[in-house]
Amino acid sequence: MSERSFTYVGTRPIRHDGLDKVTGRANFGADFALPGMLYGHIVRSPHAHARILAIDTSAAEAMPGVKAVLTGREIPKTDAKIMMAEGGFDLGDMGDNLLAHDKALYQGHAVAAVAATSPEIARAAAERVVVTYERLAPVMNVDQAMAADAPILHEDLVTKGKPLPDAPKRTNVAMRMELRRGDIDKGFAESDLIVEHTFTTPMVHQGYIEPHACVARVGEDGQIVVWASTQGQFIVRDACAGILGVDAAKIKVIPSEIGGGFGGKIPVYLEPIAIVLARKAQRPVKLVMSRDDVFKASGPTSGTRVRMKIGVKQDGTIVAASASLYYEAGAYRGSPAGAGAMCCLASYKVPNFFIEAYDIVVNRPKVAAYRAPGSPSSTFATESVLDEIAHRLGLDPIELRLKNAASEGDQAPYGPKYGPIGLAQVLESAKNHPHWKAPLGPNQGRGIACGFWFNAGFNSSAVVSLSGDGSATVVTGNPDIGGTRVAQALMVSEELGIPVERVRPTVADTDSIGYNDLTGGSRVCYATGMAVIKAADDVRDQLRARAATIWNVKPEQVRWDAGRAVLVEGAGDQPPLTLNELAAKMAHTGGPIVGRAAVNPPMAGPGFAVNICDLEVDKETGVSRVTRFTAIQDVGKAIHPSFVEGQMQGGAAQGIGWALNEEYIYDEEGLMQNAGFLDYRMPVASDLPMIDTVIVEVPNPLHPYGVRGVGEVPIVPPLAAVANAMRDATGIRFTDLPLSPPRVLEALGHD
Amino acid sequence: MARIFFSSGLAPYTGGVESIDIDAPRVEELLRAVRERFPALTESLALMSIAVDGVIHQHPDYVSLDANSEVHLVPRISGGA
Amino acid sequence: MAKLHVQTTINGEPTEFLCEPAETLLEVLRNRLNLTGTKEGCATGDCGACSVLLNQRLVPSCLVLAAEVDDKDLLTVEGVATGATLHPVQQKFLEHAALQCGVCTPGFVVAAKALLDRNPNPTEHEVRYWLAGNLCRCTGYDKIVRAVLDAAESMRSVPA
Repeated sequence: MSERSFTYVGTRPIRHDGLDKVTGRANFGADFALPGMLYGHIVRSPHAHARILAIDTSAAEAMPGVKAVLTGREIPKTDAKIMMAEGGFDLGDMGDNLLAHDKALYQGHAVAAVAATSPEIARAAAERVVVTYERLAPVMNVDQAMAADAPILHEDLVTKGKPLPDAPKRTNVAMRMELRRGDIDKGFAESDLIVEHTFTTPMVHQGYIEPHACVARVGEDGQIVVWASTQGQFIVRDACAGILGVDAAKIKVIPSEIGGGFGGKIPVYLEPIAIVLARKAQRPVKLVMSRDDVFKASGPTSGTRVRMKIGVKQDGTIVAASASLYYEAGAYRGSPAGAGAMCCLASYKVPNFFIEAYDIVVNRPKVAAYRAPGSPSSTFATESVLDEIAHRLGLDPIELRLKNAASEGDQAPYGPKYGPIGLAQVLESAKNHPHWKAPLGPNQGRGIACGFWFNAGFNSSAVVSLSGDGSATVVTGNPDIGGTRVAQALMVSEELGIPVERVRPTVADTDSIGYNDLTGGSRVCYATGMAVIKAADDVRDQLRARAATIWNVKPEQVRWDAGRAVLVEGAGDQPPLTLNELAAKMAHTGGPIVGRAAVNPPMAGPGFAVNICDLEVDKETGVSRVTRFTAIQDVGKAIHPSFVEGQMQGGAAQGIGWALNEEYIYDEEGLMQNAGFLDYRMPVASDLPMIDTVIVEVPNPLHPYGVRGVGEVPIVPPLAAVANAMRDATGIRFTDLPLSPPRVLEALGHD
Repeated sequence: MARIFFSSGLAPYTGGVESIDIDAPRVEELLRAVRERFPALTESLALMSIAVDGVIHQHPDYVSLDANSEVHLVPRISGGA
Repeated sequence: MAKLHVQTTINGEPTEFLCEPAETLLEVLRNRLNLTGTKEGCATGDCGACSVLLNQRLVPSCLVLAAEVDDKDLLTVEGVATGATLHPVQQKFLEHAALQCGVCTPGFVVAAKALLDRNPNPTEHEVRYWLAGNLCRCTGYDKIVRAVLDAAESMRSVPA
């Protein structure tokens, strides 16, 4: 497969949906309007932890222009499940999160909603809803949550997995798991050097620029149509069906263009509320989050505490590792602590290890996925400790990693053996990259780190149809966040020989395509791409059969060659028929040509990356600047290299922001202090240099072109790459992120 | 005979047994045999993906096994994206 | 209170509308005039997604009261192309793949046009600092900066 040469795959055509995006025509979630539409507004808890004693909506209902009011009473807590991606997903917590029932579990938790004829009236009406709270003491971090006398968020919470034997029954620990191998006591006893540190990473937000938005319409017959910005229109449909107790066949979800997601637009926050308001008012309802809502009431990712201990021989060979991971779940169970545990040692051969991971509820918003969820925080710990080991032993950081790098046939920490993987290749590429040898200036340091993430499979459907003029459409069900539509067109072009400008890619609603799991998990080019290729091949086989009809031979006597049907040796001497000629004769030879495929492939092999980061530190102000950054990643096969590079650069920027400046800041009462882009400081153009990328291709044997997936790995290495550069620049090992100026100044001794 | 491996984290449910060989044509039959042998594993099994010869399947029931298949239980990666 | 009557010019077209005194220009553009190309990312002037040109000056429309644009000249993203001809910034954004989700793109297109109207030969540093008021979460800015520099070069090489 690595020998296959491609005609279209690997080129860089302009994306089909690009014109609408540079002219402002593309319709995102809040750009949609319907006649008679009302505007919704959500009433949110001002307290981090409180019992809801009463909600009085009478004053709001009496306001002119208010057409519907809603509380949790009308959406009872459900025990329905949906088949989402990895399996049965319990909707009870999602339902309680989107509209509280008994308790407000974080500042911003929705407790009521109104719909009115203008946004101003809706806002005013929301302020007239009177909620009576009994305030409770909040727990805001893992230490507070695990303290002996901690306030408990959920009285019925039981620790899943493997709780400690002496753990208390009333608890905020939602899950504990372990991974073990070998004998760590023996391993550490045999080590020549042991380094152990405890690291913290802050809760951070995915930071998508487009807030959540939807419009819902309910007909007199109960048929529901929802327009939503989402990473998964089928998730929206099935979650609404489950939460509201409605048949999924009564709901159609149309995905808008999506203004960023990164995992944060997988959960459902607004749509069920909009539907019930629309049903009550018998008018469509638009619901849009404000930026303040997005920070306080959508799902950021976990803040963490990670203890990491690694023991090595004098020559750097890793002998043993032990880690304890404590992850904030937010108000309901479900942090990526387990994934963090599975990832933190995945890059290396470690003969003895013990990893424990805790999922802990706190009075913060329920965390959602954020690009390789779990991996960046735990990898930050591993890569920082390895960096320290390299320093202390006088070893080159790349050589240390190469010496211990996992490769094909090695057993992953989570059990199975690796197939072909590209870790050694990305490390070698880093070693030979000019960045690695470039001289550094004053107050500059250089850091390097590796990263790992799985690449998901899951369900995808695709339909490829031909027009009479030989052009084609390809229809799939994955919202396009990063250029996947043009990649799908390229795959159709590759299989059928149709120029990419004559292939029209479409992202369909839930009525118009078979079931599709979410956009995310680095899966679209792999799994949906697989479905697209198979659907195109279905078209190709039909074209061969049509040619056979025209030539009056058997289909087995026709082969397909670069866009034409050709008779096999000995079957006749008619000249080949082009795709255009065959398409023109569709009606005569059997009717429309429609190819279909539906797949649910296993997980693609994992992706590995290495980042090299140069950081310049101003020792008087504590401000640091990335002066040079190189991201090297094994992607299996790059379908459209520009968008693959884009994923690598975007993930790097998010990781740099996480390392240098982003964090949720709370006061003692659990109220967020920086819920806006001014003080929640994400990287801007003047903060970053050009981000150089190197694409490595170790084909994934499970995909026809070798595609592995690219989207998530990029955010994993930057945290440690930046911190290791800081160590190199200042001599100080920072174990707590972000490396914001006040923290750096304090560590440097200037308060 | 397919061989299924139990990580050390599952030792409490298997009494410390690290692997067993089972004659089963597909993952579904294999897991049924595992549940019969180690009933305490049943709840954990529901939370796991199955890796067959290094490939992780999230819906594994009807995946075929051959005489030398190596099967591992992998915690489900939750979080979606 | 009665609505205010505002008369202005948007993208070269005389336009009038009624609005509440407290309504922002962004709200009017999107909710009353169906010009949804200008986006709301934060409504506090911090993200640049709502960038428009007001009398050729780059402003966040979420921080401009709609009533303030009376008798003024507005350019939104919908007016950047000339008929069927894209502005070089738009063309280069497409060629360089300088957009992924595309929601910040209208703001960047307007902001970049404003830069090149003033400074036809910006350095990378100048481009980055001019665009520091426009947040992008998808791209890391690399391809955006390259696209703007390339657009500047192509505009300089067009005979006057």
